[in-house]
Amino acid sequence: MKIIKRFYVGLILFFLYIPIVVLIVQSFNAGKSRAKWEGFSLHWYEELFRDPNIVNSLIVTLSIALLAALFSTIIGTLAAIGIHAMRKKPQQLMLTLNNIPMTMPDIVTGISLMLLFIFTQVERGYFTMLLAHITFDIPYVILSVMPKLKQMNKHSYEAALDLGATPSYALTHVILPEVMPGVITGALLAFTLSLDDFTISYFTTSPLVQNLSTLIYSQARKGIKPTMNALSAIMFVALLALLLLVNKRSSKQEN
Amino acid sequence: MTDFQVPLWGYVLMGIGFAAFLTLLILYVRKNRGFKRPIFASPYVLWIIVFTVIPCLLVAYFSFTDPAGNFTLDNFKNFWDSNYNTRKAMDPEMLSQYEAMGLTLDDLGLGRDSINIDTLVFSLWMAFLCTAVCLLLGYPAAHIMADREFKLGPTLVILFIVPMWMNFLLRTIALMSLMEDGGLINSVLEWLGIGRQKLLNNVPAVQVGMIYNFLPFMVFPIYNVLNKMDYKLSEAAMDLGCDKWHTFYKVTLPLSVPGIVSGITMVFMPAVTTFYISRLLGGGKVQLFGDLIEAKFLSTSLNEWNVGSALSLVMMILILLSLGLLNKVDPDSEGGGMV
Repeated sequence: MKIIKRFYVGLILFFLYIPIVVLIVQSFNAGKSRAKWEGFSLHWYEELFRDPNIVNSLIVTLSIALLAALFSTIIGTLAAIGIHAMRKKPQQLMLTLNNIPMTMPDIVTGISLMLLFIFTQVERGYFTMLLAHITFDIPYVILSVMPKLKQMNKHSYEAALDLGATPSYALTHVILPEVMPGVITGALLAFTLSLDDFTISYFTTSPLVQNLSTLIYSQARKGIKPTMNALSAIMFVALLALLLLVNKRSSKQEN
Repeated sequence: MTDFQVPLWGYVLMGIGFAAFLTLLILYVRKNRGFKRPIFASPYVLWIIVFTVIPCLLVAYFSFTDPAGNFTLDNFKNFWDSNYNTRKAMDPEMLSQYEAMGLTLDDLGLGRDSINIDTLVFSLWMAFLCTAVCLLLGYPAAHIMADREFKLGPTLVILFIVPMWMNFLLRTIALMSLMEDGGLINSVLEWLGIGRQKLLNNVPAVQVGMIYNFLPFMVFPIYNVLNKMDYKLSEAAMDLGCDKWHTFYKVTLPLSVPGIVSGITMVFMPAVTTFYISRLLGGGKVQLFGDLIEAKFLSTSLNEWNVGSALSLVMMILILLSLGLLNKVDPDSEGGGMV
C-alpha cells in the first residue's frame, strides 16, 4: 500500500516535470530533432543572441521590468504607508480596490486596460505596456510592505513629528528604514512578475513592441523552433531563481 | 487605427473627476493642517482610479454602446445571436431584395447563430472537467503527502508549489513541444511499435494542457488544510471504533472542505478564462471563451470591441459571482498563498 501511494505521488510529479526537463535537455541538443540526441551543444543559445528580434524583446522585457519595479515600488510603498495610517472604513475600501487586479483574471485586466488606451487614443506600445505593468505590480508591493508596517511601533512617526521633524523627513528617516526589507522584497516581486507576465502585456502592446513572452507566443503559434527551447529554458531558470529568492526573503520576514 | 472619438462629455466628465479629486485633496490637507500619513496614498488613489476603476467602468461603457458611442443593448443581443450585429448593419433594401428572390437569412449565412453562448457553455464544461480531474488526481496526492508517517511529504509539497510559480505560457510550450508530431512522446510510441499519433490540435490535448497547468493549484490548498488538521481527531475516531474509510469519510473529508473549495476556485477561474492554452494545444481548432474574447479584440480587422466588451463583462460577472460564492462557503480563505 505504502509503495503504491508513493508511486502515485511520483507519477504525478513526473507528469508535472517531464515536459520542462525535456525542454531544457532539448535546448542543449546539437541537432534540430526533438527526438534524437545528437550531442551536447550551446549552438541554440548562440543563435538566440544573433536574432535581432529576440535581443530587442530581451531589452524591452528587462527595461520594462526595471522601470515597472521602480515606479511601482515608489507608489506602492507610499500607498502602503498611507493606507496603514487610514481609519477603518477608507482602509477597507482601499484594500478591496487593491485586490481587484489580483483577483480579476489577467485577460479581463488586460482588456480593460486596452479599452482605456483605445478610449484615450493612446497608441499601444512600450509606454502603455509599462503603465499596465506598474498597475499590476503595485498591489503586490503593498502586500509586501504592509506586514512590516504592522510590526512597526505605532507611535514612532508621531514622536518624530513632535520632536520637530517634517512629515517627509519622518518618512525617509523613521518609517522607510524600518520597512526597507519589505520594500526590497516588493521590488523584487514586482520585477519578477513583470518578467513573468504574458497576458496583460499581450493586450496592452502593439505587435511592433514585443517582450519575450509575447514573442515566444507569436513564434510558438507557428510551431516550436529549437531557439525557442533555449529561450524558454533561460526564462524558466531565471524566473525560478528570482521567485525562490523572493520567497526566501518573505518567509524570513514572517518569522 | 481607431476611428473612435472621445465624446465631448467624456472629456468634461474626466475633467470634473480630476477637479473633484484635487479639491477633495486640498480640502483634506487644509482641514488637517498639514500632511497626515494617509496623504502618502494619494498617488496610488489616483492611479487606482485611472488604471483600475475607470478601465472596469469602460468595459461596462463599451458593452452598452455601439461603435459610434450611442447606448444600445445590441452587444448583448449579439451574445445570444452572434449574427445579430451583422444582420442589423445590412442594408434593409438589399435584404428585402434577397427575400424577394426567395433567399432566407439562413441561405445568406445570417440566420440565428449561437457561437458565443455555445463557446461559453463549452468553456464552462472544459473548466468543469479540468476541475473534476484535478480534484480526483490532486486530493489523493495531497492526502498522501499530508500523512504524518510519510516523512518525505513536506519536501515533495515544495515540488508541487514550484510549478505554480512558473510561467503558464512556458509550461504550455514545454508540453506542446513534447506532444508535437516529431516530439518525444511520438518517438516513444513509434519505438514501442504503436506508431505515431496525432496528439495535438484536438480537445483532449487542450484538456491535458489545462490539467497540467492547474493541477498544483488544487493540490496545494488541500495539502495545507490537511496538514494543519489536528491528527488526533482521526486517531480518536479510530479509537472509538471507526474503520479507515469511515474516519476519512466522516472526519477528514468534511474538515478538508475549505481546502477543496479554494482549490476548486483556483483551478476553475483560470481554466474558464484561458486562451493561450487552447490556442497553442488546440491549434486554432478548439475555441474557448477566452479565445473568443481575444479574437474580438486582436484578431479581427473588424471593430468588434463593443461585442468583445460585452463578452468580457459576462466573464467578469461570472468570476465575481463565483468569488462571492467562495466567500460564503469559506469566509476566511487565504486564497492559497501563491507567493
